[in-house]
Amino acid sequence: MKYLCLIYDEEQKMAGMSKSDGDAFMAEYGAFTASVKSSGHYLGGEALQPVQTATTIRSRNGKVSTTDGPFAETKEQLGGFYLIEAKDLNDAIQVASRIPSVKTGSIEVRPIMVFNRPA
Amino acid sequence: MGSGEAVEQVRAAVDAVYRADSRRVLATLIRLLGDFDRAEEAMHEAFAAAVEQWPRDGMPANPRAWLVSTGRFKSITTMRKRARFDASLNELAERLEAAARETGGHDEDSVDDDRLRLIFTCCHPALTPDARIALTLREVCGLTTEEIASAFFTSPSTVAQRIVRAKAKIRDAGIPYQVPALADLAERLDSVLHVVYLVFNEGYFASSGESLTRHDLSGEAIRLGRLLIELLPEPEAIGLLALMLLHESRRAARTSADGELILLADQDRSRWNGDQIAEGSALVERALTMRRLGPYTLQAAIAAVHAGAAVAAATDWPQIVALYDILVRADPAPIVELNRAAAVAMRDGPLAGLTLIDAILARGELADYGHAHSARADLCRRLGRTDEARASYRRALALTRQEPERRFLERRLQELAFHSRGAGH
Repeated sequence: MKYLCLIYDEEQKMAGMSKSDGDAFMAEYGAFTASVKSSGHYLGGEALQPVQTATTIRSRNGKVSTTDGPFAETKEQLGGFYLIEAKDLNDAIQVASRIPSVKTGSIEVRPIMVFNRPA
Repeated sequence: MGSGEAVEQVRAAVDAVYRADSRRVLATLIRLLGDFDRAEEAMHEAFAAAVEQWPRDGMPANPRAWLVSTGRFKSITTMRKRARFDASLNELAERLEAAARETGGHDEDSVDDDRLRLIFTCCHPALTPDARIALTLREVCGLTTEEIASAFFTSPSTVAQRIVRAKAKIRDAGIPYQVPALADLAERLDSVLHVVYLVFNEGYFASSGESLTRHDLSGEAIRLGRLLIELLPEPEAIGLLALMLLHESRRAARTSADGELILLADQDRSRWNGDQIAEGSALVERALTMRRLGPYTLQAAIAAVHAGAAVAAATDWPQIVALYDILVRADPAPIVELNRAAAVAMRDGPLAGLTLIDAILARGELADYGHAHSARADLCRRLGRTDEARASYRRALALTRQEPERRFLERRLQELAFHSRGAGH
């Protein structure tokens, strides 16, 4: 099954890190990414620009509105994701619990919906 | 077959197999068919076939294996019929049939594993606690949705909906039908033990309503606890079963004939169940000799010290406080601290306990917990601080939802009024 691991973290805390802590954190991410690539779990993953760069777009009655910022203000912000292939939820939890941000923020694990394609 | 009596006998035998083995059959069918609903349907078809065939052909040598294999093939047949409308079912039926050819009839060895798989799946931490309880009682214990609803004072449709949603999450989120890997076992076992303990407590302390105890739920939890240590004798599983048995041993003594609550110190200890105490205490001993001490084992050890005192005055309070000291480290919850404070009050006097309780209440965590206020009231009463005692009993009274407890607190308040009038004369 495919799962999306959404990484939520406090951007302010991240931004306030010292250079050496920040480097160590990035190194942890590098090691994690390498390990899920070699275990065959990795399908993709990216880090996102901070939430100030976010734009939310809606279209109602044919009128498009564009607003600054994320859809919802929360203490933790979506900061990145991994798309993984896992045997089942237990396997996905195993992988997600090794994402470095699990110690500072939280990881939401969502199964990817599979649509029955017409034959 | 000519004899109606013989037919009746086989019918009774089918009933007996259903009572003893239907959960095992279901657990194995879920693994083989990969789906809760399909397995349930297959199991009912298998029992229906048994009612029809066993009186005619005689009981099979291994009824459980017969039911599993019959259920499995009936399900595959049904799938083939439905495949005319849904082509994807054909592929699935194909796969299940191939798997059946491979294993043949040699599924017996994994029967225990299947029951454990079922328990871990129903208690998966990705399900809400309510859903875990409902699903466990339904699938592992075989209670009906009506029985679960009446035990939890909710409607059958609410329970049914919880179960439907939980099954949907198991399917859609890919919650596997497996015993967790060793690395996850401790955390996942915690989730299972928590469900069992919640079921027990609901039956023992009944969080609301008229009746103080709902025996059936506690009995069900103890049965689950026994099953668990038979399948997975982990120290905390043993500790939990011990704890439940030691609590249960006091059931007859903790309420009066007219349903009034009787505190541990005032209970008629001759009414405690000696068999349950012996079994619970032996389990505590066993758990204590294993690697690590967990909260259930420590609580059970405390209950065992109480059980060992022939009269309340003979209670070994220093031993109990020592166990609480370890428990507070293992499980630093405010309620544990509150219970420790009550034990300290017994060892060192009410003032020492009151100081601890006031410190806990000052932190605000237990401000809305009725038992914290009634414990405080009791210590104030023993210290002769009648006004403070009265205020705390009133606070506890405002917070309780339980009828017998409400009456108990009102009695205490009346006694206080009587004593203070008496003191005035």
